Amino acid sequence: MKKIVIMLTAAIVLVACGKKKEEKVLAENTKTVLSGTIKIDGSSTVFPITEAVAEEFRAVEPKVKVTVGISGTGGGFKKFSRGETNLSNASRPIKSKEKAACEANNINYLELEVAYDGLAVTINPANDWVDSFTVEELKKIWEPTAQGKIMKWNQIRPEWPNEEIHLFGPGTASGTYDYFSEAICGKKVGTRGDYTASEDDHVLVQGIAGDKYALGFFGLAYYAENKDKLSLIGVHNGTEVVKPSLETVKNGTYKPLSRPLFLYVNSTSVKSTEVVEFVNFYLDNAGELSKDVGYIPLPAEKYTVQKEKFKTFVESNK
Amino acid sequence: MNNIQKNRLKDQIFKVWGIGCTLFALILLAFFIGDILIDGIMRIDWAFIIDLPSRKPEKAGIYTALMGSIWILFLTTIIAFPIGVAAGVYLEEYSKKNRLSAILEINISNLAGVPSIIYGLLGLEVFVRIMGLGASVLAGSLTLSLLILPIIIVATREAIKAVPKSIKDASYALGASKWQTIWNQVLPASSGGILTGVILALSRAVGETAPLIVVGALAYVPFAPESPMDDFSVLPIQIFNWISRPQHGFIENAAAAIIILLLITFIMNGIAVYFRNKWQKKLK
Repeated sequence: MKKIVIMLTAAIVLVACGKKKEEKVLAENTKTVLSGTIKIDGSSTVFPITEAVAEEFRAVEPKVKVTVGISGTGGGFKKFSRGETNLSNASRPIKSKEKAACEANNINYLELEVAYDGLAVTINPANDWVDSFTVEELKKIWEPTAQGKIMKWNQIRPEWPNEEIHLFGPGTASGTYDYFSEAICGKKVGTRGDYTASEDDHVLVQGIAGDKYALGFFGLAYYAENKDKLSLIGVHNGTEVVKPSLETVKNGTYKPLSRPLFLYVNSTSVKSTEVVEFVNFYLDNAGELSKDVGYIPLPAEKYTVQKEKFKTFVESNK
Repeated sequence: MNNIQKNRLKDQIFKVWGIGCTLFALILLAFFIGDILIDGIMRIDWAFIIDLPSRKPEKAGIYTALMGSIWILFLTTIIAFPIGVAAGVYLEEYSKKNRLSAILEINISNLAGVPSIIYGLLGLEVFVRIMGLGASVLAGSLTLSLLILPIIIVATREAIKAVPKSIKDASYALGASKWQTIWNQVLPASSGGILTGVILALSRAVGETAPLIVVGALAYVPFAPESPMDDFSVLPIQIFNWISRPQHGFIENAAAAIIILLLITFIMNGIAVYFRNKWQKKLK
């Protein structure tokens, strides 16, 4: 027992010593070496891009500590609006409530687009009757009133087989679900509840890969990783049927199932050089890096627009 | 068939049933561990342990998450251990058996059943915001300490209850005070049980994700914590993050990280068993 007590005391003393070390004061900004911390939180969808940028930035400015959290878009904005983070990842634009919270705390911000995310509608490769969907058909299948009623393929198009449809999709807590339900069924409507939901998209992939009568949706990157097990279905955008791909998402013809991903910048934070450098670095490299992690880059001219926007923002907040 | 034979038969049936249940649990565990080992064992090497997180699965490592978990484990131990054991001793040895202690007892049992994310919300408000600790290792450890305190308290009480009354009586008979009896007789005699409880509780803490995400633990931290006030990540968050990535390489990484996490819990349970045996021998 005594030994334990001595060990514990020693441990407590050690910790107490560690505490004294306050956050390092920003070292004087010389042109070559930057230091300081950049705190980022928010969407776990945007996380892989920001992680990649932070990783590369470390090679350029090894003394700047960049940290990235995954509290979700909403959770991220909560911290952002309290001034607890410098940048916020978001898979949707800021909501009016969140705007109000920022205003209440005197926080001004800039919204930057950093990449696109496409949603893939997929079926089993053995399914030989579906070649495309219209948005109306997807709505008919997924809208809340379809629950318990639209159960068979031939209810969508009469020439399709008289077999049950098995639906797969992300759980309601995910941003992908929000995006799909809004794009297909409309705002604040949601979808039917009687489908196989999983927060783990790999489970959805396996479900569809093993079921001839399956239909499901998830992020395009999951399709790209499992091309051999799934077939990708094009969606009619009003004028033609388009399959999601690097080009069609980038040039905006794959509608409505593609969305921009955002980075929000706090106006006070751009007073520190390291944040400005980081955001510029982000916009310079997001194109290449977003492809690396499975997303789709903006067209080059759009990045230039974002950079211009950011430059003006920095100037006006000096 | 007479009565004796009937009872013997029941005996046999129950025995088979018991063996079946045990095997069921063990097979599930073996299946799970086997599956993880197949996925992840090839991925584990020294570089995996000491590398920083990365977007490239083959370059990514768990260094910062592992260090974060070790910090959390360490701080949670020194916070929760003394408080939990002291509370257990008080409830078992000092508190009078009245309504107040009954209420306390029920509430502690209830606390043990509160979902962990609720502790996360509490930690975010109290430790991170009101006490101004920020999303630090300390705030995370305090939150996890709250989470495992009920378990430690209950384990301590059970361990103390198991100390033979004769030992206490003998101590009092020799003129020892209550404190002397507790310190010199009761605690040493129950330390095996207490330690087992503490380590099992810590094994739970090391696997928690939800409360730490709420508190603000991060997913990408390119540096290990150097003080209790630093930002941090932990292994379960790293695993959670990797599992949700589309690239197959990350699934391997997640499996490898799970093996490391399992290893930590196995080692801790091993330590618990070792100490329990050691102290039990001493007692005899």
